[in-house]
Amino acid sequence: MAIGGQAGDGLMRAAELTGRMFNRLGLHAFVFNDYGSLIRGGHNFCKIRASSRQVWLHRGSVELIAAVNQDTIAKHENELTEDGRILYDSDVAKYEGPHRALPIPLTTMVKQAGGISIMRNSAMIGAIACLYGIAQGLVSEILNQAYGDKATKNIELAKTGYEYAEKNFEQILKVEAIGRNPTPFISGAEAVALGAVKAGMKLYVTYPMTPSTAILNYVGPNQDELGIVLVHPENEIGVANMALGAAYAGVRTMVGTAGGGFALMQEAFSMAGQSEIPVVFAVGQRVAPAVGAPTYTAQADLKFVLNAGHGEFPRIVVAPGDPEEAFVKAGEAMNLAWKYQSPAIVLVDKHLLESYMSIGIDESKVWVEPAKVAEGQEEEYKRYRFTDSGVSPIAFPGKAGAIIKVTSYEHNEYGYAEETPDGIEKMQKKRLLKMSSIIQDLKGRETVKIHGTPAAENLVVAWGSTKGAILETMALVNKPLKFLQILYLSPFPEWEVSRHLRAAKNVVLVEGNLTGQLGSLITEHTGFHIKNTVLKNDGRPFDPVLLAGKLQEAFGWT
Amino acid sequence: MDMREFDSPTKNTWCPGCNNFGILAVVKQVLAELVNSGKAKPEELVIVSGVGCHGKISDYVKVNSFYCLHGRVLPPAMGIKVANQRLKVIAFAGDGDAYAEGISHVVHAARRNLDVTFVVHDNEVFALTTSQVTPTTKIGFRTKSAPKGSFETPLNPLHLMLSCGATFVARGFSGDPRHLKSLLIEAVRHRGFGFIDVLQECVTFNPIREKYASKIYDLNKEGHDVTNFSAAWEKACEVERIPIGIFYRVEKEIYEKQLLGDRILADEGTIPSIKKVLQEFT
Repeated sequence: MAIGGQAGDGLMRAAELTGRMFNRLGLHAFVFNDYGSLIRGGHNFCKIRASSRQVWLHRGSVELIAAVNQDTIAKHENELTEDGRILYDSDVAKYEGPHRALPIPLTTMVKQAGGISIMRNSAMIGAIACLYGIAQGLVSEILNQAYGDKATKNIELAKTGYEYAEKNFEQILKVEAIGRNPTPFISGAEAVALGAVKAGMKLYVTYPMTPSTAILNYVGPNQDELGIVLVHPENEIGVANMALGAAYAGVRTMVGTAGGGFALMQEAFSMAGQSEIPVVFAVGQRVAPAVGAPTYTAQADLKFVLNAGHGEFPRIVVAPGDPEEAFVKAGEAMNLAWKYQSPAIVLVDKHLLESYMSIGIDESKVWVEPAKVAEGQEEEYKRYRFTDSGVSPIAFPGKAGAIIKVTSYEHNEYGYAEETPDGIEKMQKKRLLKMSSIIQDLKGRETVKIHGTPAAENLVVAWGSTKGAILETMALVNKPLKFLQILYLSPFPEWEVSRHLRAAKNVVLVEGNLTGQLGSLITEHTGFHIKNTVLKNDGRPFDPVLLAGKLQEAFGWT
Repeated sequence: MDMREFDSPTKNTWCPGCNNFGILAVVKQVLAELVNSGKAKPEELVIVSGVGCHGKISDYVKVNSFYCLHGRVLPPAMGIKVANQRLKVIAFAGDGDAYAEGISHVVHAARRNLDVTFVVHDNEVFALTTSQVTPTTKIGFRTKSAPKGSFETPLNPLHLMLSCGATFVARGFSGDPRHLKSLLIEAVRHRGFGFIDVLQECVTFNPIREKYASKIYDLNKEGHDVTNFSAAWEKACEVERIPIGIFYRVEKEIYEKQLLGDRILADEGTIPSIKKVLQEFT
């Protein structure tokens, strides 16, 4: 279904809670939101899909439009299925068309209850629940959980909406609870935060910027429960440099930003490499260049983050494709950053961060993997001691007997500035040596995922949140198809990617950018050139129906 | 503890006669006093410095240090304090760091009342890059970047800090190290943002010591009320005679306490399980 109205109408909340309702019944739900860069007005909509099987993405077509304004009906009527219905606030909109109209006086209901306009969303949730035969008790339960002490009026309105629908409308279908223990219904943003927390994050430093503001919006109100602290400094440069200071003093820290914000952090990112201070950067992609289309998704910052910061230094870049992977990989990024004292990037995007889905999260997959800490004091502490792995035992200010000097300058083992040719190159090599250690470590972790038919000769290659669209497309085409999802981009898992490329007969690359950035990375690391590509950069996730058509063309299916 | 224990093995590359030598000696004395008076353990001292001649102080003091990027002195200092508020942080910046590249951080650290000492080596010139104008360069000063003489109105650092809500605003003079030492002790002792703008010459590119020396006086010896904001503002306007000392000092709750209470994040473990948190998502 689609829920739509203006910004400020509380639609995202309504969609999230509706999805949660389906999730509670044991169904798999997916909620996608689409909104412009404004606070009030405009046109916002969310798409909700629920099914008895795992749902990876919403669909273009809908069986129900829930509208709190006229605009929503006009914009989405063409997406309705043949017997689709339109539920709308009859106080502000009207509908006289071929589809079934379900007028409901939401505004009047709110006025009579002495509520405020945004509460129309609660009355609407009630009506939607009724249309799907969901018990009213569950609606109250969900609203109670969401609003706490302020739930009373919302529950009352949901009841009014529910009863009105019961009296006036025919049920669409009766959704039965299925015997599945509800998994979390969670967004990528929430999952990134939780993964980092489970891997020891104590401090989250950020400056608001869509889409990573979604992480801030979760961490801020929940920081005490998570045992962490959020700080919002003056600007992105302040953010990144503050994170360096906190990590130097021994606190696992994550920075949250978007492509543009990360651009401002370049020098500090380079310093993290130089000074070997472990910091994780969660970078949310959106349509760029520059401010671009701030509230829309993209996958066009891959090459940017891979080449971010001046100079040569090891970095970890991982791109999860769904909230479960976001949880695990954010945790891994934190652990790898600390084990190898190198900056790590969790590369995500608006679609992953802000969409909600039902998906299992196994917290035992992430724990605090210890860093190599300096223990004894047999000899003088050297922050940059040369070792076989390139990793020097770390220590933090406050450790008696140790002097811990970090620096943005090239330096000797003690952390004093160094300008001799031998001294410079030795330390450069020491840092780069860590890359081999990281590669060895990654060989024991999941760096790619294979979906579909492992023996199929037709192979789709993609990364990040495009995963969802491809999995839905595979369910549509019903042909033997293998999907190679690349999770780690740095170090690049060429040991995995090469063999899957070699085994395939036809390969198609699918990316949310127009230059095939993963494709060129694959060529760089494997020598393999993927000619067939499906690329786009329009701010929206791939539509499985359209993607199926493209794959059909590319693979020559009839 | 003897101040010589802070001597570092690094060869000093400041110009002969550089005023930074005097400041360096003062810093080592103050660090030793902090330890000797029981105010801090040596391992709890951290210095942070920017990039420019002054920045080398991180290399020249054998103590925990964070030698950061140009202009970015205060954000790491804030990170260090948020991570572990037991640490005593003294941050050093040049006038280029503090008032050009990194002025935004200075404004916000002052208004937050971050509990760090902030010493600005203000020689009114970019020296390490061989002489260009900074925001405190006087009008008419000729350099490579202003061959016809600087025509930009210089910034008044004391006014800047006063208007940002700094709780300790002082001016020192490198030509009077004894006074500077007493100022630094006061600034370090101050609970909150302790700001000292140190007037100094650059012996190579801006040799102004003699000119300053004849005009300098200690305003704290002339009955200045350090809690009077307007008086502090007025004093900071003086140019004929140049006041040094504490212009303004008030008590205000510090940033770290408001953010963290008594928590030391660096000592805290992570929550053992997020099972309950995950249940909230179902």
